Amino acid sequence: MTATTAIGLAAEVREGRRKAAEVVEQYVAAIEAREPELHAFNLVLADEARAAAAAVDAAVGRGLDPGPLAGVPIALKDNLCTRGIPTTCSSQILAGWRPPYDATVVARLRDAGAVVVGKTNLDEFAMGSSTENSAFGPTRNPHDHTRVPGGSSGGSAAAVAAGFAPLALGSDTGGSIRQPAALCGVVGMKPTYGLVSRYGLVAFASSLDQIGPFASTVADAAALLEVIGGHDPADSTSIDRPPPRLLPTLGDGVGGLRVGVVRELTDGIDADVLDRLHQAADALGAAGAQVGEASVPAAVYGLSAYYLIAPAEASSNLSRYDGVRYGLRVPGEDVTAMYEATRAKGFGPEVKRRIMLGTYALSAGYYDAYYGQAQRVRTLIIRDFEAAYRDFDVLLAPTAPTTAFRLGAKTDDPLAMYLSDVCTIPSNLAGDPAISVPFGSGADGLPVGVQVLAPALGEEVLFRVAAVLEGAAP
Amino acid sequence: MPSPISRHDVAHVARLARLALTDEELELFTVQLGAVLAHAADVAALDTAGVAPTAHPLPMVNVLRGDEPGPSLDRDEVLAQAPAAEDGRFRVPRILGEAP
Repeated sequence: MTATTAIGLAAEVREGRRKAAEVVEQYVAAIEAREPELHAFNLVLADEARAAAAAVDAAVGRGLDPGPLAGVPIALKDNLCTRGIPTTCSSQILAGWRPPYDATVVARLRDAGAVVVGKTNLDEFAMGSSTENSAFGPTRNPHDHTRVPGGSSGGSAAAVAAGFAPLALGSDTGGSIRQPAALCGVVGMKPTYGLVSRYGLVAFASSLDQIGPFASTVADAAALLEVIGGHDPADSTSIDRPPPRLLPTLGDGVGGLRVGVVRELTDGIDADVLDRLHQAADALGAAGAQVGEASVPAAVYGLSAYYLIAPAEASSNLSRYDGVRYGLRVPGEDVTAMYEATRAKGFGPEVKRRIMLGTYALSAGYYDAYYGQAQRVRTLIIRDFEAAYRDFDVLLAPTAPTTAFRLGAKTDDPLAMYLSDVCTIPSNLAGDPAISVPFGSGADGLPVGVQVLAPALGEEVLFRVAAVLEGAAP
Repeated sequence: MPSPISRHDVAHVARLARLALTDEELELFTVQLGAVLAHAADVAALDTAGVAPTAHPLPMVNVLRGDEPGPSLDRDEVLAQAPAAEDGRFRVPRILGEAP
């Protein structure tokens, strides 16, 4: 019997009981068997993975330790820069671009012995909640091919759920790790803003973006965060602290912890999803936590504030795609015509919509009413979380209002799609960590996720609670 | 309820954003941006007098590195990704009027 968890695989490879080369072949075979029906990847890197695995095996053979993720296959969201390897953000405007550098997280994974097996599909520039906004076609939910995997990191979530890799990385700006994790039945976590370097993550909304782990177990997600977290001088918003230590206390339980179910995040949630949330709260109570009802009143304004702030930042960040330095260029008679033609052809509808919305929210006459006001509401949300954390150690909420919805169900109604993020957005606005843990299924038999929220840098307690939920999941 | 944004506004914003939009896109975005802005009316109407805006979740300012030389990206490698390059620089269409 061989291991299927990242931690188990790494132990086998480090101790020489199993070859990394054999592990890679097993996962490449799984990808070849089901990838055509799921489209989790924009690019499968089988040959590169074989070479990396051979290097891991060679290190073990020389008596060296290749690192805590030795020989563990990992899938990377295709908005993480990989030197010399195409990084598309699922956008035509970056088709063919090969970054001249690695993201910090990619370098840290390599140093830890992990083996990159491919670049995963996403909503274009991470803007979406279903992975249907990819320029290269949607990813399908491994549990039901007529359903979306969630988004924007839908390819990473689907890759872990389908057994294409035990680990994956995504990015979470408004829920883009946690929501697809919930819809695909895997663990997905957004770290505290600044815990993981954003260097080499293609920017969407810089005050909200954070890279985080996908895994099939809570312990594997913790192991991955230990590797990618910690200060990076290349990111000026990186918190100057050592990498987090999470595994030593993972099994410490929830005895005596105060857990608050967030009242405002249970409105408008499907009844079967709410049933699972209450079941999860009961399980924590049975494990020794004190469970009560928490209130974060300003959270109800989170969605509106987010869909002003994130597009505003995106409209600024995406101004770099102008056909000058990299990516697509559509010729024009002068430089303005070239800009306009390049961006018209290179961006898909959702990206254009957000650039337009953000440009409007920042434009003269509307800046204070929309962007400025949203920033003040962000302050209110932060204050309300701080107040809630005076009474509770962690908070509990649904991850998404529904289970996985059908492909095409929300593509014509952007606002309906945006509502998928209503439970996840507040953590991004506050900069706090949150994790989605699979907790049974809904009335339709599809996975349901329960979300644990903690104050900034509360990863240790967050993972402890998540581990108890995982053990109690139906 | 009147839409909070007109087709004329949308065309103006598209020019600011350097996006060439088709008539169909102008029409669609006028409706869709109107719906999102209508949803944001709750935020716009909130009394936030005396509340300071948050631009960023971390209480960090002006992070500086030591003024020490280090390696940068390789120029040829960077220019190899450019749509057009010439003499070690990015080549772009004319940005000024005809030379006299």
